[in-house]
Amino acid sequence: MEDGIVSLRGVRKVYEGKQAVTAVAGIDLDVREGEIYGLLGPNGAGKTTTISMCTTRVLPTAGTVHIAGIDAVRNPADARRTMGVVPQYNTLERACTVAENIQFHCLYFGFSKADAKARTAQLLEQFHLTERAGAYPAQLSGGLAQRVQIARAIAHKPRVLFLDEPSAGLDPQSRIAMWEAVQRLHTEGITVVLTTHYMEEADELCDRVAIVDGGKILVEDTPAALKNSVGAKTLYELDLREPSDTLGPILAALPHVSGVEQTPRGLRVMAEHADGLLPQVVSAASGYGLRDLSITEPTLETVFIRLTGRDLRE
Amino acid sequence: MSTAVATPRATLAATPAVSPSTQYLRAFTGLFVRDLHVLRRELGPFMIRIVMNPLLFLFVFTYIMPHMSNSAAMNPTASMASATGVNFSTVLLPGLMAVAIMFSGIAAVALPLAVDFGSTREIDDRVMCPLPTSFVAFEKIIFSAIQSIIAAAIVFPLAYYIPSTPVYAHVTSWPFLIAVVVLASLTAGALGLTIGTAVKPAQIGLIFGVVVMPITFLGCVYYPWRALAAIHWLQLGVLINPIVYMSEGLRAALTPTLPHMHPAMILLMLTVFLALLTWIGTRGFIRRVIG
Repeated sequence: MEDGIVSLRGVRKVYEGKQAVTAVAGIDLDVREGEIYGLLGPNGAGKTTTISMCTTRVLPTAGTVHIAGIDAVRNPADARRTMGVVPQYNTLERACTVAENIQFHCLYFGFSKADAKARTAQLLEQFHLTERAGAYPAQLSGGLAQRVQIARAIAHKPRVLFLDEPSAGLDPQSRIAMWEAVQRLHTEGITVVLTTHYMEEADELCDRVAIVDGGKILVEDTPAALKNSVGAKTLYELDLREPSDTLGPILAALPHVSGVEQTPRGLRVMAEHADGLLPQVVSAASGYGLRDLSITEPTLETVFIRLTGRDLRE
Repeated sequence: MSTAVATPRATLAATPAVSPSTQYLRAFTGLFVRDLHVLRRELGPFMIRIVMNPLLFLFVFTYIMPHMSNSAAMNPTASMASATGVNFSTVLLPGLMAVAIMFSGIAAVALPLAVDFGSTREIDDRVMCPLPTSFVAFEKIIFSAIQSIIAAAIVFPLAYYIPSTPVYAHVTSWPFLIAVVVLASLTAGALGLTIGTAVKPAQIGLIFGVVVMPITFLGCVYYPWRALAAIHWLQLGVLINPIVYMSEGLRAALTPTLPHMHPAMILLMLTVFLALLTWIGTRGFIRRVIG
């Protein structure tokens, strides 16, 4: 395996205490330069701990972390120069304006005062924040504050941008604006690593996705390949009044059906083609108390459920 | 709508490599400039914070009380002071400076850290600057020390104008005074760091009762350490209180006519406390920001 710009080897994190908690149970990961890489998983899966170890904020119990070739555990101060970080919470300096937040960040990274000013002006323009330059963080909406945080994080021109749950707490409109901002950075060549528990976000935004659960990477691939791995183009979700053992085999015998599985509310029929199948499914199931039927395409959520037997939001 | 300013891929490298010491120095300076900027913006509250305590103390004890009849009977320290040939204003000057120094350390480091760790996490971006984490803590101590020095200097004009009886201050050794003020101010910052990282953010209000009040009242602020000779166990007990060395140091430097500890002992103990509190505070800081 070739080392990526973000490269984790055998990384584990155990929080000692009365009851030791294994947050990350051995992760190997390589992010290629220039891609948008997503860690998708439910809350408590170990995503934030993993990203915090990359960003030098959590020390791994075991394993190595390299960012752009720099050992982030041994040499955190140097590694920080290569990365921009947007944490889950709004960490903007309340006592400083939007422009000052970015400007001071530049100074920390060795910019001269003039360079810091110029870079700040450029970023304010790029993120459509020029009008809010003199505003204080308390005056900003969640979406705007998020944009300032991203602008600040990339102010020192890092090679990798880490976003921890970037759309947590954002309204749908702000989320789309954030996605656009991230995609624009992507076209400029920056590598992006993000965590999310929104499958749409991983699907829409990421070149590659790792599905994480229980502190481990279960599977890693492009969103398209992950969805293909389900082996079906169309899913019929059957909501049945009472469970039945005999309906499954009947549905499985229908043409183009590649599989049938039990769900909490009934059955899921997976099919390679949808042509003419719907009436057959309905007529077969109507004798078994069919209450509702929905037709969907496989999503990353389907992949997650197939891997873990659980819902992403559980 | 303005168009995005595209950054060519080639320039998307990290800032050019410089030697680690230059990188650290620049980051450190950046943190310092930021703190200075925020302090300048909050100059009003800062001035109120550092002026109120010495102002009220001097007003009550050196203006109101002397105007009352029989004030010495109500104020044993005043009679003790007059026994040594100086008035209470003179006893109070170094003590109030020590309190000003100590309190600035709490207000400049401990309280903001409690807010940071408790809710805003504003310090995150500073922790992520290209500097070893301990230096971020050192910067807090040093910046706090500057505020302490200003707070101590403010006591002078107040002590000159307010008391009804004149204050007799006499500096025999400027280097000793400077050494005491600098060491005491840094120690106060380190104390603030220790408190701010050791106390649970939600309980920071308690430190006034549990830490600040005891170390002030038992810090030889309102009486010289020698005067405690009558209560021997207390005279030994207060030696673990860093404020004792701050007030005794200032007493030795400013009002040498009053009894005070040996100057070498004072400098030694201030250095010991500075090292100890910096060590504990920095460790606490790293534990708070690095998981």
